[in-house]
Amino acid sequence: MTGLFSYLVFFLILALIYAIMALGLNLQWGYTGLFNIGVVGFFAVGAYTFAILAASPMAGQFGGFNWPFILAIAGALVMSGIIALLVGIPTLRLREDYLAIATIGIAASIQLIANNYGWLTGGPQGIYNIPQPLSNYFSSNLGYNLFFLAMMVVIVGVVYYGLERMVNAPWGRVLMAIREDETAASSVGKNGFSYRLQSFVIGAMLMGLSGALYASFIKYISPTLFMPVLTFQVWAMLIVGGSGSNLGAIVGSVLVWALWTGSGTLVQSILPPGLQVKGGAVQIILIGLVLMLVLLFRPRGIMGERKAIAAERARSKISTG
Amino acid sequence: MIAQYLADGIILGSSIALGAVGLTLTYNILNFANFSHGSLLSWGAYFAWVVVVAFSGVQGGTFGPLSFGWPFVAALVFSGVMTALLALVVDWLVFRILRKSNIQVALVIASFGASLLLRNLIVLVFGPEPQYYSDNIQIAQQILPGVRVTPDQIFVVVLSIVLVVVLHLFLTRTKLGKAMRATADNAALAQVSGINIHAIVRWTWVVGASLAAVAGVFFGLTVQILPDMGFNLVLFLFSAAILGGIGSIYGAILGGLVIGIASDLSVLFFSPAYKPAIAFAIMILVLLVRPSGILGEKAR
Amino acid sequence: MTEQNRETVLRVSTLEAGYTPGVPILRGTDIVVNTGEIVTVLGPNGAGKSTLIKAIAGLVPVFSGSVNLLGKDITGLAPHRMVAAGVGYVPQVNNVFAKLTVEENLEMGAYTRKHGVEERLEATYRLFPDLARLRHHPAGKLSGGQRQMVAFGRALMVEPKLLMLDEPSAGLSPKLVGMVFENVQEVRDSGVTILMVEQNAKAGLMISDRGYVLAEGKEQLEDRADALLKNPEVGELYLGSKGGLL
Repeated sequence: MTGLFSYLVFFLILALIYAIMALGLNLQWGYTGLFNIGVVGFFAVGAYTFAILAASPMAGQFGGFNWPFILAIAGALVMSGIIALLVGIPTLRLREDYLAIATIGIAASIQLIANNYGWLTGGPQGIYNIPQPLSNYFSSNLGYNLFFLAMMVVIVGVVYYGLERMVNAPWGRVLMAIREDETAASSVGKNGFSYRLQSFVIGAMLMGLSGALYASFIKYISPTLFMPVLTFQVWAMLIVGGSGSNLGAIVGSVLVWALWTGSGTLVQSILPPGLQVKGGAVQIILIGLVLMLVLLFRPRGIMGERKAIAAERARSKISTG
Repeated sequence: MIAQYLADGIILGSSIALGAVGLTLTYNILNFANFSHGSLLSWGAYFAWVVVVAFSGVQGGTFGPLSFGWPFVAALVFSGVMTALLALVVDWLVFRILRKSNIQVALVIASFGASLLLRNLIVLVFGPEPQYYSDNIQIAQQILPGVRVTPDQIFVVVLSIVLVVVLHLFLTRTKLGKAMRATADNAALAQVSGINIHAIVRWTWVVGASLAAVAGVFFGLTVQILPDMGFNLVLFLFSAAILGGIGSIYGAILGGLVIGIASDLSVLFFSPAYKPAIAFAIMILVLLVRPSGILGEKAR
Repeated sequence: MTEQNRETVLRVSTLEAGYTPGVPILRGTDIVVNTGEIVTVLGPNGAGKSTLIKAIAGLVPVFSGSVNLLGKDITGLAPHRMVAAGVGYVPQVNNVFAKLTVEENLEMGAYTRKHGVEERLEATYRLFPDLARLRHHPAGKLSGGQRQMVAFGRALMVEPKLLMLDEPSAGLSPKLVGMVFENVQEVRDSGVTILMVEQNAKAGLMISDRGYVLAEGKEQLEDRADALLKNPEVGELYLGSKGGLL
């Protein structure tokens, strides 16, 4: 029974880590309408920054500063924010679909750097020996994981609470006003671009936080962990949970992650060992199909009820005469 | 040295150009950025590979210095047809339904998902290892001072030019071609002129997918066949289409060549692994400075 | 008021139509157009004039009611089938294929024709001689008046029974407006029935046989054109002046 229980703990930790990413994406897309398909890029930035700051030194490589946990997390947040700022300033003025293409390019470029700039990132080998916080205090794996899970619950709670406060505050209301009608918002002196940039950066920082926590928990990262599939997973979490709702983002994360790991286990148990790579492909196909079905039958899930209604209202406005 | 990079860039650019034409067509007529277009290139390459493998026992010899014979030609045709069918199926199953809901974002996300699905389907069916159309190793010949190319590469460039000319004639001399241009220009007006938009959409997929298939085969011929090949080329395709101006077919061709040449020239400064980043940087530059592209119209 | 020996080309009955289901812009409109007539639909902005034509053309969803062309029910047909049934439509804006040449624009107009396109081209060039001179120019590069000719010509290529025009004078100088309405009359004289939506009520009515005034999605007035010109109600609706438009 402990086997199943410890698996559950492990599962929940990862689900909550992804939930933070989904919350970040929800801020960018659900509340601000920023179409970011490069989520995995910011996740990677957070993970690598944390790893570089927190890990022990490795020969011939930058990093290994052995920073304490909190400082390394802060570093990851700052770095993700900076990258988001650099990326956002030129691209956030673009049309929605061009922004999407740009974010894909950004994520791809980050992955290229991770894979090729070995001195900084360890190249294909990645970075290992990433420390977990307070791991010395626990004797058993399960015990430590329970602690990490508790920590995750607190972090997710804090993030959720913070986001809810923000979107219900005047800042959040301006954001939604801008999303619905930018010209009207600017007529009352609100700089739409500045708000969108803030939302983008904060969302990216959340994704970076998620990456840093991931690196800390998994203790070892390499470029193969940051593939575009992850972006698709996070979007799926948002679609399933219903974008525009922070609670939905968290619920969606748990559901989709359950679906993902569940199908992974199922596929692995069915296929013989030699077909593991193909097994991975089958898993992605299965999940991809399920998610496409959700998308096909509930495209509003991607809009969140509020935006969908606003879109319909906008469409009927054009039709007079 | 630069001349060689230019030549390599033109060869790569030919593949990108053909892929970008299909992309710009569907982007313009169907109004969404189709990230799964790269998968059409991959599947095109693999469909052709199936035929080549099927004929591998047959003694036929090759066309002179080229690495292939008749089976390859059959493979090209088969690939074009099958990839067109694949595109129609994907459109029918996925995009058509989402078009009705009229939520743009859903289409793009769905295309992203479709690209993952199609790519993994390749891994499932064909396995993850790289494949090649033939074992013949070609020797690069010197055609100009400092420029060495293989006969296959010359074939790729020549056939690309032929296809572009054929496409041009199709678009300017045939009724269907003109109707496609009209629909891309003004879909509502096309409808009230008696053009059946649904049929035009289908033909757009057919033309775009066949060109993508050929692009994939060309890439597989001159480099290698990999499940990821289309996915890796997607950034190049979008860069080319945007550089040329979405909706402009000639722009896509021009864009493809420019991106190909720029990527290959970039190895003078960066590691070859960063080529996609270079293409991406060019695209961002275009979007910031002149979003309508070189040959595109201002303000959509 | 229909004259006894004229055939009804278009009969629109209690048409309800709009862009969003449940939000009708047309609320039960009745319109009749007879052979050889020029009928103008007037009304304030938002009344549904453009929507009426678009609903007949199949571009706007019809919720209820019917549209009859020469006795055949064409309600809710897809636009490209409308054309085959004999309806021609010239939109108010974006009414040419800007990147295609003048001749290609005309060819697209005849898309549903398998044969005889050459003859139709020649006939159109006879009607609009300027276009023959400009046949290889991209339509988007032409002047406003020339573009209007291309728009007309394209719609006429397939010899429609009914030609619908959405504000043909919009955005044109007074001299061009005169020219456009001359063209409209010439087209009618060549045997095409015309249904027109016009903001320029006076100019529109002056070449029309009959007119409708549409407001809030329903026809409020219907009469012979010369009567409408003198009708003080019409004048009020448009110019806030008593005593009619004349």
